[in-house]
Amino acid sequence: MLEIRRDVVDAIIAHARRDHPDEACGVVAGPVGSDRPERLVPMANAERSPTFYRFDSLEQLKVWREMDDRDEEPVVIYHSHTATEAYPSRTDVSYASEPNAHYVLVSTRSIDDGAPEVRSYRIVDGEVTEEEVRVVTDAGDMTRGPKDTERGIAAV
Amino acid sequence: MSIEVRIPTIMRQYTGGEKAVDGAGDTIAAVIDDLESRHPGLRERLVDNGGLRRFVNVYLNDEDVRFLDGLKTPVADGDSVTVLPAVAGGSAR
Repeated sequence: MLEIRRDVVDAIIAHARRDHPDEACGVVAGPVGSDRPERLVPMANAERSPTFYRFDSLEQLKVWREMDDRDEEPVVIYHSHTATEAYPSRTDVSYASEPNAHYVLVSTRSIDDGAPEVRSYRIVDGEVTEEEVRVVTDAGDMTRGPKDTERGIAAV
Repeated sequence: MSIEVRIPTIMRQYTGGEKAVDGAGDTIAAVIDDLESRHPGLRERLVDNGGLRRFVNVYLNDEDVRFLDGLKTPVADGDSVTVLPAVAGGSAR
């Protein structure tokens, strides 16, 4: 399960909307071992493509070093799919290289009709497991409607 | 001669869980060969067909060796090498 604050989810969605039709990508860092995604770091998509993303290598070094200095790790690695569903592609699976991260996918394919789809997965040793997304308000309350536990957040 | 090599989580299985190991060599390739002698299997994660793997980033101090001389990039005592798997993907199959 991924537990994530409302404002962080909103910021991820805003990033995906901003970069649409290119894929957006980024990280949410949190204290090592905490499983708490706390600090959003939107990254530039060095590919600037509607179907592929890649962190710029020097930007990635800077962000990874910063996390190391702060005793953080990448708790969430997110990116958007702009014309397909919010499900990891074969490419996503083959390049997934942070075994402890939650891989969050946002689909902006229906961006004109409604809210983007946000779903989360574990990708370990080539295997994808979808997980529940639990959105928490800043006050610490759980806000979770009946739809939210089905397939991530269908409408945000 | 000592070069610190920082190893990403996904490759620590080759280093007994260590996040940094020491290596020696006068080029990136030599340092990788040196590490392989003590941490077998590590080289294959970094090198493919005689070149650096496309989706693995290797940095010498603050620079990506792709923009230097790749595997032939010279290395000096006290330098630091960092390995990070590229973060990439997308909907294209």
